[in-house]
Amino acid sequence: MLIAPLVVFLAVFMLWPLWIMISLAIRDDEVSEVLPRTAAALADWNGEGIPGSAAGQALADDLRGAERTRLGPAVRRLNSDISGFRTLMARTQRAADDVTDGAPIDLVAVDERWGETRYWRAIANAVQPYTDRYLLAAVDLERDPDGAIASMPEGASANAAIIVRTFTIAGTVTAICVMIGLPYAMLIAATGGWVRNALLLSVLLPLWTSLLVRTTAWVILLQNEGLVNAAITGLGLSDTPLSLIFNRTGVVIAMTHVLLPFMVLPIFSVVNAIPRNLMPAAASLGAPPLRAFYRVLLPLSMPGVLAGSLLVFMVAIGYYITPALVGGADDQMVASVIAFFALETANWGMAGALGLILLAATTILFIVYGRLSRSGAPIGA
Amino acid sequence: MSASLIRFENVSKAFGSTVVIDDLNLDVRKGEFLTLLGPSGSGKTTTLLMLAGFEAPSGGTILVDGKRIDDLPAHRRGMGVVFQNYALFPHLTVAQNVAFPLQMRGVPRGEIARRVDAALDRVQLRHLSSRKPSQLSGGQQQRVALTRCLVFEPKVILMDEPLSALDKQLRERLQLEIRELYRREGLTVVFVTHDQSEALTMSDRIAVFNRGAIAQIGTPADIYDRPANRFVSEFIGETNLLEAEVTGRGDDHLDLALEGGPGIRVPGRCEDRAVAVSIRPERLVLDAPELDNHLDATVDDVVYQGNHLRIHLSCGPLRLVAQSERRIEPPVVGRKVRVSFAAEDCTVLTE
Repeated sequence: MLIAPLVVFLAVFMLWPLWIMISLAIRDDEVSEVLPRTAAALADWNGEGIPGSAAGQALADDLRGAERTRLGPAVRRLNSDISGFRTLMARTQRAADDVTDGAPIDLVAVDERWGETRYWRAIANAVQPYTDRYLLAAVDLERDPDGAIASMPEGASANAAIIVRTFTIAGTVTAICVMIGLPYAMLIAATGGWVRNALLLSVLLPLWTSLLVRTTAWVILLQNEGLVNAAITGLGLSDTPLSLIFNRTGVVIAMTHVLLPFMVLPIFSVVNAIPRNLMPAAASLGAPPLRAFYRVLLPLSMPGVLAGSLLVFMVAIGYYITPALVGGADDQMVASVIAFFALETANWGMAGALGLILLAATTILFIVYGRLSRSGAPIGA
Repeated sequence: MSASLIRFENVSKAFGSTVVIDDLNLDVRKGEFLTLLGPSGSGKTTTLLMLAGFEAPSGGTILVDGKRIDDLPAHRRGMGVVFQNYALFPHLTVAQNVAFPLQMRGVPRGEIARRVDAALDRVQLRHLSSRKPSQLSGGQQQRVALTRCLVFEPKVILMDEPLSALDKQLRERLQLEIRELYRREGLTVVFVTHDQSEALTMSDRIAVFNRGAIAQIGTPADIYDRPANRFVSEFIGETNLLEAEVTGRGDDHLDLALEGGPGIRVPGRCEDRAVAVSIRPERLVLDAPELDNHLDATVDDVVYQGNHLRIHLSCGPLRLVAQSERRIEPPVVGRKVRVSFAAEDCTVLTE
């Protein structure tokens, strides 16, 4: 009973939006809603030759009753498969309007393109309630006229490249977070009192800072005339200022900054739970400090590193605003493509499909993590 | 059993301004089982940690076989340490734990396997060699920790309260096992505990620590029967500690007046005027006219303790506890009794 509010919350704010996203990615009812009778008539057509006259009659009936506002998107959708569909449908609708109700109509006489299989096949594909075209398009694939999966022509879409870029940036950020976070977490665990609190606070601070303030601060620090470049040129390390912002470097720096707590905290909690006497025990058994570290402390910290990496990676692949603010055009990640489809072109199908890909990546990582952590320490002796 | 293996010379240790060990001199003989006993904060664990190399002395030197070791890092001292909570590596199996010190010493792979198996055989744990420590009981974990420590044949085994996490029965069994192992392998053991009965059970010699210094060092019998000072007499076992004033001195005895008046005669010499007398409860006997000293007392309470009776007595302002075997007729509470004890059962303490 007490968890009822929780269940409701999860259902309303997690499962429902998730379901909407998934269904948007695979549902395709723009055409089937406008052409329901055609959809029924084409249901048992095998896709060869020309469907019987009943299909043509059904199409004419659908077009006669269709509202212009709903017909528009459906025709646009068909036109994207075969250009020329718009004029074909307009001519057919005029012809259908001229015929009195119930009278037979010969579509091939209206327009001879109705004698071609591919137009019918396009309608038959489009009236299917579910489609994989968005999911395929999300990874730069499409179905060729014969229905087989094929790559999109070169330059038609950059989704695959952006997905690879997203994973590359997230992977880079994760790796840097491990390199900084592991020693840092061990340092926190080794200290106590106010030093520990100060160290924890300084790594948590970015989480509590407004995103805009944080990002602007990086812009100020990293710009060509900024503090960092002033220091570099001042010390003579470089003659010209390095470009550190509005490119990949800036994105990685800013993302590492804010994601570091997600790495440090899991490692800290794991390292802090390691019994304090294990390192002295290793020393008493003859292990020099570095060997004791590699044989005892590091393997025992790995669950924390794994949890932190997973967390950082999963959060990182969804980053949107930071790359938009401190990155260049070639540093935009999947999330910004999703935003583009969702906010600017209202292409919910593509937005949902790309979201689904992120979700799938996260889920796979999570399952792998579950396997690894259940099988005990990921690094054996 | 006589040569000194480890020697602490004027060793001191301070954390900031807190002096933990003050001018410690201690010899550990080759092949002995020496226990460092004391209340918490008495410096016994710090002494062990300095020997193991986990703490550096603030002053003085520690010698092993006549060679200074106090600037040697822990991993090069070659001492086996058994920790309070076993300190087994949780990510390694039992066999890997035991193999660890051999791997650190670069022992060839085949020999490691052979020695690990042999060592686990000796403690009857070979069938558990592929388990993780978390899958073992507390007693088994402690045996693995011991085995891991013995497998590289260290000169000295240091044990820091190794049994304190175990329940009483298991603790007593492991005490005997450690003792047996010590005898069989001819080890030198430095054992730290705060449990005086554990110290009495296991040790060849006991060093009683108090406030950063050794209050007394000797065999268990020495410590128990002839405590050197008030601290030892009260810390080890139970005792009746009576304040007294010296009223007369003989060649080898003292006449004392106890608080409240009664006079007794005890062996010993002493220049002080105010002393204390320690008498163990089992040395107080009811109605034994043949003994040297007698006190008239009233029975306050009789407590049944299974194998013996504890009799609480008062003699004027003095409060005494006597322990007697169950064979005697229990005295009636409130009855006047005569308590007797032999002169040689009294220890005169001046400090």
